[in-house]
Amino acid sequence: MTPAIVCRNLTKQFGAFRAVDAISFDVQPGEIFGFLGANGAGKTTAMRMLCGLSYPTSGEATVAGYDVYREQEKIKRKIGYMSQKFSLYENLTVRENITFFGGIYGLSDKVLKEKREAMIGTLGLSNEAGKLVGSLPLGWKQKLAFSVAVLHDPAIVFLDEPTGGVDPITRRQFWDLIYAAADRGITVFVTTHYMDEAEYCDRISIMVDGRIEALDAPRLLKERYHAADMQDVFYQLARKAVRSDN
Amino acid sequence: MRTLRFLLQKEFRQIFRDRSILPMIFLMPTIQLLILPQAADFDVRSITLAVVDQDHSTYSRQLVSKVLATGYFHLTGMETSYQAALRYVEQDRADLILQIPAGFERKLVRENAQSLFVAIDAINGSKASIGGSYLTSIIGDFNNQIRFKWTGQMPSLLDIVYSHWYNPTKNYKNYMVPGILVLLLTLVGGFLSALNIVREKEIGTIEQINVTPIRKWEFILGKLIPFWVLGLVVFTLGLTIARFVYGIIPLGSIPLLYLFAGVYLIAILGFGLLISTYSQTQLQAMFVAFFFIMIFTLMSGLFTSTDSMPFWARVLSFLTPVTHFIEVVRMIVLKGSTFAEVRNQFGYLVLFAVFLNGWAILNYRKTS
Amino acid sequence: MKQLLVFVRKEFYHVFRDRRTLLILFGLPVTQILLFGYALTSEVKNAAISVVDQSKDPATQAITEKVRASTHFNLAYADQTVHQLETRFRRNEIKCALVFPEGFAEALTHTGKARVQILTDGSDPNTATILTNYLSAILTDYIGQQQAGIPYRIDVQTRMLYNPEMNGSMNFIPGVMALIFMIVCTTLTSVSIVREKETGTMEILLVSPFRPVLVLIAKAIPYLALSVINFLLILFLGVVVLDMPLRGNFFLLFGESALFIITCLSLGLMISTIASTQQTAMLISMMGMMLPTILFTGFLFPLENMPRPLQIISNAIPSRWYYLIVKSVMLKGLGFGYVWKETLILAGMATALLLISLKRFTVRLG
Repeated sequence: MTPAIVCRNLTKQFGAFRAVDAISFDVQPGEIFGFLGANGAGKTTAMRMLCGLSYPTSGEATVAGYDVYREQEKIKRKIGYMSQKFSLYENLTVRENITFFGGIYGLSDKVLKEKREAMIGTLGLSNEAGKLVGSLPLGWKQKLAFSVAVLHDPAIVFLDEPTGGVDPITRRQFWDLIYAAADRGITVFVTTHYMDEAEYCDRISIMVDGRIEALDAPRLLKERYHAADMQDVFYQLARKAVRSDN
Repeated sequence: MRTLRFLLQKEFRQIFRDRSILPMIFLMPTIQLLILPQAADFDVRSITLAVVDQDHSTYSRQLVSKVLATGYFHLTGMETSYQAALRYVEQDRADLILQIPAGFERKLVRENAQSLFVAIDAINGSKASIGGSYLTSIIGDFNNQIRFKWTGQMPSLLDIVYSHWYNPTKNYKNYMVPGILVLLLTLVGGFLSALNIVREKEIGTIEQINVTPIRKWEFILGKLIPFWVLGLVVFTLGLTIARFVYGIIPLGSIPLLYLFAGVYLIAILGFGLLISTYSQTQLQAMFVAFFFIMIFTLMSGLFTSTDSMPFWARVLSFLTPVTHFIEVVRMIVLKGSTFAEVRNQFGYLVLFAVFLNGWAILNYRKTS
Repeated sequence: MKQLLVFVRKEFYHVFRDRRTLLILFGLPVTQILLFGYALTSEVKNAAISVVDQSKDPATQAITEKVRASTHFNLAYADQTVHQLETRFRRNEIKCALVFPEGFAEALTHTGKARVQILTDGSDPNTATILTNYLSAILTDYIGQQQAGIPYRIDVQTRMLYNPEMNGSMNFIPGVMALIFMIVCTTLTSVSIVREKETGTMEILLVSPFRPVLVLIAKAIPYLALSVINFLLILFLGVVVLDMPLRGNFFLLFGESALFIITCLSLGLMISTIASTQQTAMLISMMGMMLPTILFTGFLFPLENMPRPLQIISNAIPSRWYYLIVKSVMLKGLGFGYVWKETLILAGMATALLLISLKRFTVRLG
């Protein structure tokens, strides 16, 4: 089976600053792949290159079999994306947002209507479907944003810190949604700060200063670093970092 | 095309939900169209005059009353010295000084020729030249009367017949209202479109758009069409105000006006979108749009004739889409020009529309 | 005092790090003053004219020659009939036309009276009036030359005060100067304060032990300094590049300009107490201010032509008074004795605006 993502020496340079430094990895179809790293490690930059939002400086990568240099628009048909910054339209209602993005991805009116009502039901938003998204609590917004990102059944969904600022219960519910998507065969590529969430992933990579320092299943990583939990593994690796947020 | 439908649906919903946009689109033009033409009046009407009569003769009194009888001049003071009259000019209370030197009448009769002195505040050029020439021609008339009285024959003179076509009463509102309408269309279209994409950038929603397989021209068109429609509504509103408040009924064809308005709006919206694709924040977009619209406004011939500009400025003015649209609107509304008579301007506007939008589409990058 | 210095230094850092704002602060005025200094003029030059000469005699030819020689006109066409002019006007090919009927010279010499017709494109009334004047002057001049020998001649000796070369931009430059200060100062001050409100840094400043007055003063000082530099730059360009005279006292002009800048900054402060977002602040200080300033300063349209209510409104626009001051001091070379009234009005406006904004500012805190 061809991997969902193939990445070889992918690099992004901003002037003298190497944000992403020759990273290489594969992600298998159906996998939940955790992409960890401290603030400023280069996670978002790497993810933006894979989504076709930004050109790599050098290296190679394919997403869903398409090249990230030449076939970004083909990639965009195959992926879903949820950015760090909440980016649904706050001045549109829940239903209008779903309709808009579904329409952009070319869902037919009939399919769109079915999916929309099903999604509203699953998320328990029946009473809020006519309300402006801006008026919803953050947790609901995040769940809605995720559901919109997988509305068109993409091959791969990219999630950039999807649970930032959300309470533990909502985070749990959010991961239920992720599992449900993975069960439907969607490959999940997710960055996070929460080490307990890292444990939910099939495999994780840890980025430090633009490079991938470790990549394996959580269990194997803990064994290799003789750590009790992922938190410990992360500390051991991230301590070496020279650069921080600024 | 299907994608476009959803884009349009979304844009219209957002526009109608935004409490600040709609008043700006409709109220601002209405108010300005009601007020501005009242204020924008170049006509040199009340020219203020200070008279220095050092002669105190029958002739000097006759001349002064003849000058004042024309109604062009408003007397601010009769003084006995030039210095005293100059103070009126310094205080901006007089535009002109007419000085009648002592012995004017006596010398005129005895020596056959005599001078009068006119001093003009030349800071305001048009007032100076118009006031000066009015006064000179009144003095010329006066001179002819005197010559007739002494020689018994009328000196040969020219009977100059004036005729101001298309606007015989020289009503300034006829000239300003179409121009201001164009300006408002430019302001509304230019600012709103300049702020639009950059707002999505600031909020972050553009990312979500950029990861979809949407085509660039679809996205730009989705932004353009709603403002195009609103622009035409503003245009209609403006024509209605022109009709019912100012009594200006277009002499030429109304569909032709709309044809031009449609093309012009595409051009100016493309200009706004172009700024939007270059800016990072709304503040930047606003400043840049302001900078250009200000230049457009003053270079377009809205307030001052483009003919009098130096060559390079006329070139600049020519490269401003506003110039051509203002010219055309005035031609169609006031002179009833037909398509054949304005087809050059049509060509220019189409070029601007294609160029600006093409550039905006090229410069909008889904991948940076 | 030391605290204030610390604050002011911080504000300077802000301003100087923001390259784009700096560019706008200096680039906008310089471009505009140059552009308008050269491009705007109330004179009309090169106006396309058509002469319809149905007489073709020495008199009409002499007059046509005068028209050709004038820089105001561009003798573009010689048409046969008035009918042809119609199309020319509708295509915007000509601005005016001079029509001599048949037997012009004959009528002039034999009956002493000849008719000549001036046709203008009245859709632009301003140009129409000016061109009519130019043409009448040419005609009167011709007749005057013919009659130089007739006795009882009154000559008119005309002096152009302050502007003997009839430099067309002289009227506009003080106006554009006032316009620029009015918009740039107001926008920058209001936006910079509202930005601090939006980002929340204003809160931090206000919980510090400094008085709110100091915070406001510190915000305004860098813009005051920059605007004064701006003023010097514009003055330099006006005098050196655009040949504007500086007849009055430089220090008086400098002081008055500083006063006007302070008035504009105060207006910006007041807008910042009303607006809650940068966008609102911008809309008020740009869109809201631009057209009224252009209209009511009096440099483009004569204020005395406006309907009474609008004339009253114009009194509330600070740039109107500054424009009068600049004209008096710079172009007429008058002293303080002539502008004390305007100065007092500006000072009053600045004080009132400052007091209102301070009051609103402190109330908001309470």
